[in-house]
Amino acid sequence: MAPDHSVAGAIPPWRLAWLIALKDLRIEARSRVVVYQVLPFAVIVMVMFGFALDDDGIAQRVAPGLIWLATLFSLLVVVQRSFAVEAADGALDALRVAGVDAVSIFLGKALAMAAQLVVLELVLFVTAVVLYGPRVRPGGLALLVVTWVLATIGLALVGTLYGGLTAGFTGRETLLPLLVLPVVAPVLIGATRAVESALGTTGAAVSEGWPWIGLLTVFAGAFGVGGSLAFGPLIDE
Amino acid sequence: MSIPPDDTDITTAGTSSAATRLLGTLVVVGVAWLVAFGLLFSPADRDQRESVRIMYVHVPSAWLAYLAFIVTAGASALYLFRAAHSLVWDRLAGASAEVGVVFMGITLLTGMLWGRLSWGVFWTWDARLTTTAFLFVTYVGYLAVRRLGGTHQQRARRSAAVALLGVLEIPLVHFSVRLWRNLHQESTVARPDGDVKMDGLMLFSLVVGLVAFTLLYVWLVIHRQRALVLEDAAEDHGLEQALSDRRAEAALPGGR
Repeated sequence: MAPDHSVAGAIPPWRLAWLIALKDLRIEARSRVVVYQVLPFAVIVMVMFGFALDDDGIAQRVAPGLIWLATLFSLLVVVQRSFAVEAADGALDALRVAGVDAVSIFLGKALAMAAQLVVLELVLFVTAVVLYGPRVRPGGLALLVVTWVLATIGLALVGTLYGGLTAGFTGRETLLPLLVLPVVAPVLIGATRAVESALGTTGAAVSEGWPWIGLLTVFAGAFGVGGSLAFGPLIDE
Repeated sequence: MSIPPDDTDITTAGTSSAATRLLGTLVVVGVAWLVAFGLLFSPADRDQRESVRIMYVHVPSAWLAYLAFIVTAGASALYLFRAAHSLVWDRLAGASAEVGVVFMGITLLTGMLWGRLSWGVFWTWDARLTTTAFLFVTYVGYLAVRRLGGTHQQRARRSAAVALLGVLEIPLVHFSVRLWRNLHQESTVARPDGDVKMDGLMLFSLVVGLVAFTLLYVWLVIHRQRALVLEDAAEDHGLEQALSDRRAEAALPGGR
């Protein structure tokens, strides 16, 4: 096979993003850090919520909020992991020097992070059903899936954005939560309310959940565009 | 403001000038007026009684904090989108955010005290309150990002991007909290945006407060911005000094 002399600039940006996402997922497939460390962490958080709330009735009622809170805590760990592999050996700088566009890095890493979060949230959801006992209504299934996808996209975009900013700096472990949590508050509010409606845990009808999908869509869109614009200045050294 | 020339003695250079001394005097006079009108001349409210006086600090601080964050966002945009990428805009953004964070803290604190007296609770999940709290935390984060390190230009680019992302975040937070509260009509306390018919002297005291705090803002930002110029110069100077020290060390006989 002839050696490939193409530079990064000759590859279309979407293809670069795809390659970066595959690279991140391959690293995860080989290191299993998310599977063996983040997933158990997320599940133990759900168990701890059970201890703190004691009463079965309360836990069942607030289960949607607890799922998303545990997701946010896990997001912080996933983001740290995602950029720890880049900061080691200056991999992020190497990508930039190779001519890879910042937008491609941003979208590629966000895609890989979303893929990991989707699995994580599924495990958290099943854990909540097992531990707290909310029931899934057939009518709420579509709302549940749409919320799941849109909230994940929003969280992955914001996580990647601020993960890239703090990558490689001392004190990033403490700075990241301070930057990320206020920004993702709309996702916590929107996704929790939508899942509440889908499960009917607070007595809300399924139809009441759909306006929140609008918020989650606007959020994902805003940070998709804003993040693509801002990621270059944030990581450029 | 220009960057001081290299021979500026940064250990003794001050941040005041004739203009800021005059401005500072005006601020002192303004605050003295505010104290006199807010505590002595203005009447107590019929319903809120003496607690209404918190308003003369609360409203001007809130105004000042929001003004500060608008200036930070504007200066960040000017830094990022002007070809010159002048650090003047970056330092203005940083100085303004510092002042804004302090006064946002005062706003939240005085607001909570007033809320406890008037509504019986320190906090309510009103969109305006929540947005203010999020602005506070967001700009605390912004100030932390400014301290991440690197060159002045790196700091400026990074923090300008973070400031503009804050502009994206805050309306989303405000909108989502409003949507949340509208769907759950359970707020029983008085709305903070009730129709206020104000006594003439009260209104005058409030205007005195707004003017005094705006002058205070300008005075603080000018000083902080000049201090930041000196900080940057001190950092550069320290680096150059360390470099020349090492060179001198290496030139000594027996030096490595």
